[in-house]
Amino acid sequence: MTDAAWIDAALTSARPQAVGALLRYFRDLDTAEEAFQNACLRALKSWRENGPPRDPAAWLIMVGRNAGIDEVRRRRKQEALPEDDQALSDLDDAEDEVAERLDGSHYRDDILRLLFICCHPELPPTQQIALALRIVSGLTVKQIARAFLVSEAAMEQRITRAKARVTEANVPFEAPGAVERGQRLASVAAMIYLIFNEGYSASGDTADIRKPLCEEAIRLSRLLLRLFPAEPEMMGLMALLLLQHARAAARFDAEGSLVLLDDQDRSLWNKTMIAEGIALIDKAMRHRASGPYQVQAAIAALHCRAEKPEETDWRQIDLLYGALERMQPSPVITLNRAVAVSKVRGPEAALEMIEPLEARLSNYFHFFGVRGALLMQLGRNAEARTAFDRAIALANTSAEAAHIRMHLDRLMRDAASGK
Amino acid sequence: MLYAILCYHDEDFVGSWSKEQDAAVMAKLAVVQEKLTKQARLGPVARLLPTTAATTLRKENPPVVLDGPYAETKEQLLGFYIVDCKNLDEAVDVARDLGAANPGGAYEIRPIGLFAPGGAVK
Repeated sequence: MTDAAWIDAALTSARPQAVGALLRYFRDLDTAEEAFQNACLRALKSWRENGPPRDPAAWLIMVGRNAGIDEVRRRRKQEALPEDDQALSDLDDAEDEVAERLDGSHYRDDILRLLFICCHPELPPTQQIALALRIVSGLTVKQIARAFLVSEAAMEQRITRAKARVTEANVPFEAPGAVERGQRLASVAAMIYLIFNEGYSASGDTADIRKPLCEEAIRLSRLLLRLFPAEPEMMGLMALLLLQHARAAARFDAEGSLVLLDDQDRSLWNKTMIAEGIALIDKAMRHRASGPYQVQAAIAALHCRAEKPEETDWRQIDLLYGALERMQPSPVITLNRAVAVSKVRGPEAALEMIEPLEARLSNYFHFFGVRGALLMQLGRNAEARTAFDRAIALANTSAEAAHIRMHLDRLMRDAASGK
Repeated sequence: MLYAILCYHDEDFVGSWSKEQDAAVMAKLAVVQEKLTKQARLGPVARLLPTTAATTLRKENPPVVLDGPYAETKEQLLGFYIVDCKNLDEAVDVARDLGAANPGGAYEIRPIGLFAPGGAVK
């Protein structure tokens, strides 16, 4: 491993803690980011000459803080700020070496705050994700734009707007209380899940480009779990992401079409990720405090544990979806449960289960995909075709549409051969 | 004399390796291991899963189970066990039994990701 690669990795992994501390210090996102950038530039030079410091994050915070103070001073001279400027008196206190305030409890809340300001409820999900990737993960605007398949200019604008909004939101800088901390943690977990899904729901032709989003979400969830090691839902989230991502290499075929779970080459699944995911669920379960991420992870684990599709424990999956329905009732969860029900009790029972959902899922691609598949299993081919046509009309990606078209082709072939 | 060689590194850094980079490092290590195996000098080799998957049993009275790795530095690593367990509960039970036999200190329980039994050393 070259020095450059080491320095790069160290800067990336120190970033959340360093930017979080600098933000607490300067109370301004742009100043904190600039200070961090400055510190990184100096690190590139100094670390290469003198070797890496023992604690890269502390080094970056110290150097970033000094760089930030110089910058604010320079600006003050140029702009002649009013005498009673608040930031200034803060800075004078801060110059005291003792004011380093780098103890463990602080840095936990620093990172959580940094993540939390990205999930302001007024920000639409796409802006939350973009902001988190920019500020917390430190991806360049160009990298984020590429992952979102939009132009760099459009992404720049999206991030600038999001930043303006969170500045107005004024997230408090005091350490949060236990309840507040729990709420922040839940919002941040939801945002990390969004980042993951943004990568996971990519179609075959863009899966490689968007894969870094999944990896970044896993990195962030690992960071969060390390800060809050006793939170079973954080273990559940991390397990869920690992178990889903473990199947990434098998999810698309050479042409980029989606390969369903049943048809995937299971030897391509990442065994280490699966082992880690299962270990985390095991750990979470000892807390006897179930939650949606844990249940979803447990479902994913049952799929991963089966070496062949027919070994899947559908009965247990059905039960787990039942538990998930009770925790967060949603027609989408019922729809997923119906797939398990079709394996346990047959397509007829599953169809009966999803019929009442139509009104609420009338614009949902998967609803018509599942209904079509169930009707096809029952030999009700004409109805199946109608459902599949509707699914294609609602498909979000070309891979989804292609997958349904495959079913349709089969129906046509069967019809032609008089089956 | 048998020696244990304990591996330390920054897990974020190692975790950031791509599958190919990781495989390349493992292949290089395999060459060294193979040489030792041929000389009948290699015992078990294990690669642990990340510390986020760790659980710690503090051998107090009564013992306390904590999530996360063992983080204190005032105690030193004195030895280790490799035990086959159905799940974490079983592993914690084993650690409790060991702890009852030898109180004080702590056990960190880490799932193993890769294991080569290496029967070469008798």
